[in-house]
Amino acid sequence: MDFIAILSIFVLACFVGYYVVWSVTPALHTPLMAVTNAISSVIIVGGLIAAAAAEVASAKWLGLAAVVLASVNIFGGFAVTERMLAMYRKKEK
Amino acid sequence: MSVTSFLTAAVIAPPPPEPPTLADCTPEMSAAECNEMLTWYGDASVQIADGAAAQGAVNPWVALAYLVAGVFFILALRGLSSPQTSRTGNRFGMIGMGIAVITTLVTHDIANIVEIGIAIAIGGIIGFTIARKIAMTAMPELVAAFHSLVGLAAVLVGWAAYLNPDAFGLLVGDSIGAVSKVEMGLGIAIGAITFSGSVIAFAKLSGKMSGSPILLPARHLINLGTLAAIVVLTAMFAMATGPEETFPLIVAITVLAFAIGFLLIIPIGGADMPVVVSMLNSYSGWAAAAMGFTLGNTAMIITGALVGASGAILSYIMCKAMNRSFISVIAGGFGAESGGSDGGEPREQRPYKQGSAADAAFMLEQAEKVIIIPGYGMAVAQAQHALREMTDLLEEKGIDVKFAIHPVAGRMPGHMNVLLAEASVDYDKVFELEDINSEFAQADVAFIIGANDVVNPAAKSDKSSPIYGMPVFDVDKAKQVFFIKRSMGGVGYAGVDNDVFYMDQTMMLLSDAKKMVEEIVKALD
Repeated sequence: MDFIAILSIFVLACFVGYYVVWSVTPALHTPLMAVTNAISSVIIVGGLIAAAAAEVASAKWLGLAAVVLASVNIFGGFAVTERMLAMYRKKEK
Repeated sequence: MSVTSFLTAAVIAPPPPEPPTLADCTPEMSAAECNEMLTWYGDASVQIADGAAAQGAVNPWVALAYLVAGVFFILALRGLSSPQTSRTGNRFGMIGMGIAVITTLVTHDIANIVEIGIAIAIGGIIGFTIARKIAMTAMPELVAAFHSLVGLAAVLVGWAAYLNPDAFGLLVGDSIGAVSKVEMGLGIAIGAITFSGSVIAFAKLSGKMSGSPILLPARHLINLGTLAAIVVLTAMFAMATGPEETFPLIVAITVLAFAIGFLLIIPIGGADMPVVVSMLNSYSGWAAAAMGFTLGNTAMIITGALVGASGAILSYIMCKAMNRSFISVIAGGFGAESGGSDGGEPREQRPYKQGSAADAAFMLEQAEKVIIIPGYGMAVAQAQHALREMTDLLEEKGIDVKFAIHPVAGRMPGHMNVLLAEASVDYDKVFELEDINSEFAQADVAFIIGANDVVNPAAKSDKSSPIYGMPVFDVDKAKQVFFIKRSMGGVGYAGVDNDVFYMDQTMMLLSDAKKMVEEIVKALD
């Protein structure tokens, strides 16, 4: 993939994001922020790559630190979203 | 030398080998090896530009897996279009993340899987514990804290890529490609801004730091100068060669970006925090996207774009709901002037009616239709559970109760909805501003709890008011207005007096919101 291919994906994803987010109901804006938080931690991929390579010790430790931070976010973000969404319900009558 | 021997020599000499091209790079070769081969034969023009090409060439299945992860993230957000589908959406998000992480682990030579496992476990345990324990009223600061982690992770990944570009397939010859360096510099800068900005937002939201704006002299000049410096330094970083040139530049970018994140958020007051939290949400997405460009990773790019768009749209909704431009929010200082003007001209003492919980309960029982308007005060007093009890009692008596939520109520988008959901208020009874505003004319009671600016009619009539133009609830059309407020002294974030206090049909219920609602509940029984 060259730069233009990546850029194309990026631009199209921006449009997808625009339309998908507008369709989110305002009542779920807080869970939206929590879940976007969790998924933006996909940056863990970068941390894993750095942590997996052993040649440069400094890069490895930075990578491991990034993995810890991103994991807090991934587990915390998805769990707190799940907790919030579980509260949204209709009363059974 | 005879003619024949010359000819023989020419025939025997082997033809010069074809220079290798990109096609000669086998899937087994890393980007660095491939580039090395190309460089060795002197044809530098066809080198692999960055990690993207290399990873794409290595195995199309890997790229496909990341793409699938990206699609799952889109589905995760799509699920949030209604509460029924939202939990499935969240599961899609988890699946997407699982695919991305596993793909990364199985396609790289892992030199230290134990350490990585420990790192994930540490982070996971911390994350789970926080997520389980956090109070719903504290969601805004939690989200701000999580944003800061994404930002810091982006900075760390950027630095790791700088220190070990080979692992990321970023080497062109023996140095990092210029395009990769621009992406790396931007990723680190946006990540650092997200980090320090979110830390300040967290401190303000959690009350560890005063919510009032801190205004430095010439701050606009300082901020713009710093931003310009970051851009220039990134360009210099991209051009620079050799570690002794690039290292000071990347350090400078990182330090300046940390500083600008801090400087950008300190002048922004508590009232604008919903915009700030949304904006930082957006930044954390752009940081992930920039890193995605560096690594040529589609999952990161798609996610970054989604999150970036999400935060930007939320910021826009918040700004619109306050009738303020994004620029004026970023410029900061909102609510700072009000303190001065209040001191200058003392507010005139106007007569108002004060009531008791028993009065309110009596009149609520007579009503047919009640609309409740919650605000940040409800969150502070943790009054949502008592409020739900009150709602249940009124409904048992056959009274129609609805909730009206302003987009900027609370400290983050959707804050009130979550609190009401926590108190198990049926989400079918909770309405947005534009959907319910016309119903106040038929309402017997408008019940305002912990909100202020969002019901201030000055936003409609008084052009000099700082909140002029902001859409507000037409509570003056309701037959009766109850206003729960701690005291007559305080004013809303905007620091403006509210005519609703002094209307004929208004009864002020001056007390802590939770205590007052509990007393009403007792009186209703």
